[in-house]
Amino acid sequence: MSKLYSGAEIVFKCMEDQNVDHIFGYPGGAVLPIYDELQNFKSIKHVLVRHEQGAGHAAEGYARSSGKPGVILVTSGPGATNVVTALTDAYMDSIPLVCISGQVPTHLIGTDAFQECDTTGITRPCTKHNWLVKDINDLASTIHKAFEVATTGRPGPVLVDIPKDIQFQKTKYSKPKKEKKLNGKSHNHFNQNSIDELIELMSKSSKPIFYTGGGVINSGPKASELLRELVYATGFPITSTLQGLGSFPGDDNQFLGMLGMHGTYEANNAMHDCDLMINIGARFDDRITGKIDEFSPKSKKVHIDIDPSSINKNVKVDLAIVGDVKTVLSSTLKSLKQKKTKFLKSNKQKTSRWWEKIQKWRSVRSLDYIGSEETIKPQYAIERLYELTKDKDSYITTEVGQHQMWAAQHYKFNKPNRWMTSGGLGTMGYGLPAAVGVQVAHPKKLVIDIAGEASVLMTIQEMSTAVQYNLPIKIFILNNQYMGMVRQWQELLHDKNYSESYTAALPDFVKLAEAYNCVGIRAKTPEELDDKIIEMLNTDRPVIFDCMVDKVENCFPMIPSGKPHNQMILGPKDQENKKITGKGKSLV
Amino acid sequence: MPNSKSAYSFSNKKEKFDTHIIVVWVDNEAGVLARVVGLFSGRGYNIESLAVAQVDEKLNLSRITIVTTGTPQVVNQIKLQLRKLVPVHKVADFKREDKAVIFKEMALFKIVGPNNKLEGALKACKKYNPVILDKTKKSNVIQITALRREIDKMSKDLKKFGLVSVSRTGAVAMTRGADIFK
Repeated sequence: MSKLYSGAEIVFKCMEDQNVDHIFGYPGGAVLPIYDELQNFKSIKHVLVRHEQGAGHAAEGYARSSGKPGVILVTSGPGATNVVTALTDAYMDSIPLVCISGQVPTHLIGTDAFQECDTTGITRPCTKHNWLVKDINDLASTIHKAFEVATTGRPGPVLVDIPKDIQFQKTKYSKPKKEKKLNGKSHNHFNQNSIDELIELMSKSSKPIFYTGGGVINSGPKASELLRELVYATGFPITSTLQGLGSFPGDDNQFLGMLGMHGTYEANNAMHDCDLMINIGARFDDRITGKIDEFSPKSKKVHIDIDPSSINKNVKVDLAIVGDVKTVLSSTLKSLKQKKTKFLKSNKQKTSRWWEKIQKWRSVRSLDYIGSEETIKPQYAIERLYELTKDKDSYITTEVGQHQMWAAQHYKFNKPNRWMTSGGLGTMGYGLPAAVGVQVAHPKKLVIDIAGEASVLMTIQEMSTAVQYNLPIKIFILNNQYMGMVRQWQELLHDKNYSESYTAALPDFVKLAEAYNCVGIRAKTPEELDDKIIEMLNTDRPVIFDCMVDKVENCFPMIPSGKPHNQMILGPKDQENKKITGKGKSLV
Repeated sequence: MPNSKSAYSFSNKKEKFDTHIIVVWVDNEAGVLARVVGLFSGRGYNIESLAVAQVDEKLNLSRITIVTTGTPQVVNQIKLQLRKLVPVHKVADFKREDKAVIFKEMALFKIVGPNNKLEGALKACKKYNPVILDKTKKSNVIQITALRREIDKMSKDLKKFGLVSVSRTGAVAMTRGADIFK
């Protein structure tokens, strides 16, 4: 007879077989049996966070930077509800997470027991799938299935809720089955005809553009390599969404910068005027499209996505290719090489006028800003940070707000999995715990959270985690004392009524750093900025860097809500001429 | 730009709403109905009626029939989103006008009144295969099977015969002929 294992042991045996090396969690009554077993599984290291939301974001940072699923372990009730924000965040940005939550014993479910909540009910809309395990014999197969669901197709979070009595019960352990089929849900539906059609469209186009997104990153590093190959082979311009940054080198001449609400002038205008748009792993999000009925009116649109429900959801497309980016790109390249051996040559002439036009848009230099000698401009701070770290293969996380957009605009990424930011949900407080997770996955690398002072205070407690595990993360705060993006929208839309967007009692971040037993550094002038950044980089401990920046700088360029791509506000002067009026005002 | 429109909206053109009958084959497991219904409410889709029951004990399959309305784009999204749910096996979509598909709903009517009224009610139901399920001196419970709009009409028409209570199911659907939906 084979050995019997307790439910708690089975949890870890499953994790071993799923090659989990780190889990992020917080103990509590309903998961104590699992925590009791932790010491017997040496290959699995537990990272104790300070709040379950932090565990979730740390697992996201871990997953995004490593390509492996992030694993979370929390208790019932508040443990589970605290992780909901992170699960929703991962769901919106398609990040594979497996969350194990404790639950009250099965006989108490439904009695409003202490720390009971309907965890599977609460997390149903924010997970790909979830399970309440009521029979010990289902536990191993459920956890294996959970890993499979989280990591296959369009990745996302899943949750397994395990009542406490199940954690004690014993049964045999079963290894994961090598089953590739997921309830008939295959992920590569495309055929050669669509690839041929794509190549046909590409060879006919004189104003093409690649519009790439997080799907390229999610498809693995190979997908980014293939993308580069395709872009170089075609000579087409390429732009990327916030989530796709890094899949194509940010300093390459063919790269037009990020597109969308705070994207570059050249990227947005090229999107508007193109005759062929090839969307690879992006989802026509409303931050990208702007006014939808004036979105790229003259183009043929191709959409490559692994999720069939992304096709024709927001924008109708002419050619849909449902499949994994990596597979589609390699088929495309193969066909291109076979059929159009001289593609680049024949196309160069065709697209030369398009490139001239793009150069004209580029010459507007939409990311420029008015510099200052007295105060640190936030854009300048990011530029200097980039210049001083670009040789270090650094990993950047962000919070949400102006600093996030400035980071996306001014920090150039050359590799995938180096940029972790909350795009879909826009979760303030994401960056610090995400940086913890990234540093856990990459202990020797430089990990920087580009933060705002308001966002970072939402999860500042995770500094304590960073200190406990000697994770030398760098929290680079662009401190303007405002919720900058809120302030910017109030300036543009609400007649400068800065209602509740100023934080009047901020902590002293340097002293705060000391209180957490890490290092605090403050920079007040542009003159001292470089030295201070270098000091930060030379510190092998967690650092909170308080960068005092211009308080009222706005983030430009900007597509105001309700406007199409070709009506951007370029800067402070332009802002007056293009006041947002009417319905645009009521949009987020 | 005084006529600035929503950055979220699809288009300001009024699109035609069609009625569709969506049939979903699911694993009969805890919470599966909540997943399906939650998807509808969470994404703002309509449910006009709903019928659900296990249809295959051995395979542990349930069949959910949902009547919904939406633009072609919305109906397409409904199908694609449903197919993404882990316990969903297959999804069929029929237009209400589809002649190759049978749609039926069942209704129970309780009529209270003197004999002539009870008889009148029964007569009015004649077209829809009425079955008397319960009979007393003062009351009848009549079962009919019919289309939604026919039951709507009967619920109105029977008022004058002493209709006191209506109970009705959601629509169920099945293709005509020897073929089954794969």
